[in-house]
Amino acid sequence: MAFRTPRLVRRSRHGVELHLSSDERRLVSTLIGEMRDLLGTDDPSLRRLFPTAYHEDPDRDAEYQILARNELLDRRLHALDAIEASLDAKSLTPDQVSAWMQGVNQIRLVLGTRLEMTEDEDEFDPDAPDAPARAVYAYLGYLLDQFVDAAGV
Amino acid sequence: MSPVAPAPVEVDEPTSDTFADPDLPWVVIVWNDPINLMSYVAWVFQKLFGYSKEKANQLMMDVHHKGKAVVSNGPREKAELDVFRLHEHGLWATMQQDK
Repeated sequence: MAFRTPRLVRRSRHGVELHLSSDERRLVSTLIGEMRDLLGTDDPSLRRLFPTAYHEDPDRDAEYQILARNELLDRRLHALDAIEASLDAKSLTPDQVSAWMQGVNQIRLVLGTRLEMTEDEDEFDPDAPDAPARAVYAYLGYLLDQFVDAAGV
Repeated sequence: MSPVAPAPVEVDEPTSDTFADPDLPWVVIVWNDPINLMSYVAWVFQKLFGYSKEKANQLMMDVHHKGKAVVSNGPREKAELDVFRLHEHGLWATMQQDK
């Protein structure tokens, strides 16, 4: 049986349209809530969200982290808020599209860090204990890829 | 980056110095990582630096195959802003003084 892959994000003359089911919206909403709570902690799975800038110079990097960390945190929270505010929107403004892409990507980065993803694509094992998280990770990758297609530059 | 075929990881100095200007002292490097989507990385290069689709894809493939690529350069303040914007978009970017 052939499955048609659904297009979740489409470009129309009204802009970028979202076609998410109520289950998908609920999933995204849950993930946003969890992500927002996690951002207030120093959980090690956040390390990809606050990377090193000066890899050869720890002193300068410490300065960068002081300046950049709060700004990065603000922008990450802002992206999550903007997704939440547009969860039921039919079409998205360019700013909302950017927020969706950044927000979906940050959740993917944390999930991928937790799942210790490597470039070797593992076979998906539905009985593995981390199968639900892997399925969410794959879904977010699919969603983000559709945004890339639809967003333009 | 993903999705990808398994490939030997070989980290060389970036050979794509097409975009480097010898007068400019700082270079911004994007490193390969197993999580970010290849399509997304190329899109970020287009969006942040105004690169053509071809140039953005070439840089993304350099990151993927060589382990890293120089994506911009300039004075320290400009390089730091570029690094910050790449971090904001979730990419693994660092900066160093050009040698």
